[in-house]
Amino acid sequence: MFEVLQFEFMKNALMAGLLTSVICGIIGTFVVVNRIAFLAGGIAHAAYGGIGLAFFLGLPYIVGTLGFTLFAALIMAAVTLKAKERADTFIGVLWAGGMGLGVILLDLTPGYNVDLMSYLFGSILAVPKSDLWQMLIMCLSVGLIVIFFYNDFLAMSYDEEFAQLRGVPVKGLYFLLIGMIALSIVMIIRVVGLILVIALLTIPPYIAEKYAQSLRMMMLISTLLCCMFTMTGLWLSYIFNLTSGATIIMVAVSAFFISFLVQHLKNKRLYSKAIGD
Amino acid sequence: MDKPVIDIKNLWFSFNGEPVLQDVNFTLYHKEFLAMIGPNGGGKTTLLKLMLGLFEADRGEIRVLGQNPRQAAHRIGYVPQDVHINKSFPISVLNVVLMGRLRSGGSWSRYKKDDRIAAQAALEKVEMEQLKNRHIDELSGGQRQRVFIARALVTEPEILILDEPTASVDAKGQAEIYTILKELNEKVTILVVSHDLLALSSYIKSVACVNRRVHFHGAAEVTEEMLEMAYQCPVELIAHGLPHRVLRTHNGD
Repeated sequence: MFEVLQFEFMKNALMAGLLTSVICGIIGTFVVVNRIAFLAGGIAHAAYGGIGLAFFLGLPYIVGTLGFTLFAALIMAAVTLKAKERADTFIGVLWAGGMGLGVILLDLTPGYNVDLMSYLFGSILAVPKSDLWQMLIMCLSVGLIVIFFYNDFLAMSYDEEFAQLRGVPVKGLYFLLIGMIALSIVMIIRVVGLILVIALLTIPPYIAEKYAQSLRMMMLISTLLCCMFTMTGLWLSYIFNLTSGATIIMVAVSAFFISFLVQHLKNKRLYSKAIGD
Repeated sequence: MDKPVIDIKNLWFSFNGEPVLQDVNFTLYHKEFLAMIGPNGGGKTTLLKLMLGLFEADRGEIRVLGQNPRQAAHRIGYVPQDVHINKSFPISVLNVVLMGRLRSGGSWSRYKKDDRIAAQAALEKVEMEQLKNRHIDELSGGQRQRVFIARALVTEPEILILDEPTASVDAKGQAEIYTILKELNEKVTILVVSHDLLALSSYIKSVACVNRRVHFHGAAEVTEEMLEMAYQCPVELIAHGLPHRVLRTHNGD
């Protein structure tokens, strides 16, 4: 098994998985505790429009996709703040609209045949070194911002009104958070695809939430779980010659159901114990 | 009388074109203990949020401690309704209370030593220091409310505003919470939204009935009409100054 690590592409894939795990562990924790998984999904799919735009206009991937995605994400954030009860519909529209626009723009791009699948499921085995550097910078910036504003983000996520009364700039932080989510998603889509982004943003923090005593502990557990899923997935995909992105997702989804089952049995045992007493 | 703590004049507020509050007037003085009652959707929580500066009035004026509500917000201790808070959130009791010591702007995820001392002291005041390292999810409804009261206290408030602090609390827990509030009332002004006026009647000093309009009743002259508003069933007052009794109770008190 270890001989595979001699390959440059495998080393890069592992490194990409590791960096993705750190970003997903931190950002995903906020996504789960703020219950904005749908918003994150909306951003990830709207990013597709950005990919189409980048190819259509001949812009570099990062410029086109990030610009468009950030724009869509901030609109979603503004709607969520202004009209909470309408936000889900609005996000759904941008979700679908982004994907539709992306596909049409790619249709219209002359002489270019992009492999759409690679943006859905990613191509972690084909990550170039330059992307790793970008991800590392991304990782460090997200880490620093979150450490600096940790208490403020914590208060905002736990009790937005109370945080506002304490003078926390809740609106600004919310836009900052959504902006960070958009940035992370754009970075990670290129590596693992938009479906895997959503899986990694939500599944590890969901499992971690049950065992964590604090938000930072939840981030740490999420990161470790994320790492475990990507490594296991990569290994299985190598052994059985499967698509790597999809295999990582299936590992994560299996872990999700196992944790769900374990929790269920635990609750049941506690319940019958309580009755038995 | 001394300076008003909260002063509201001709206040109007509507939400999505629906009038929620009309021509509200009242004045609250230092060390007052006010109960706000009224039907659901009558505008109680809205009125609180206007006082806290979370909502902006359409017309009229609110002064809190002589300032506009947004400026005075940090001088108010707020205990929100329990139902709005995510119970599975990974946070310990102590960290919930520390939130009250939050200052605006980043802090590199640190609290100072005196913040921890203040949080500890607030937890002792509500007799929750034993459970400070517990996950907030492991507490009962009454214990959780006491933690939220500690979080409000740690801000060293001049006014304490509580939104239905006993909604998910059993009778014993309610009595404990009211006892804590009574003690606190020796120093701070308290405003509490509540449905159980009866449980509160021996602590409160005044009552405001909120149902789009606000009727303010000073000195706890709790009238029959008020109790009807709170319970929406016929009740009768037995006597003033004594514990009130509700007729048609099921245990035939």
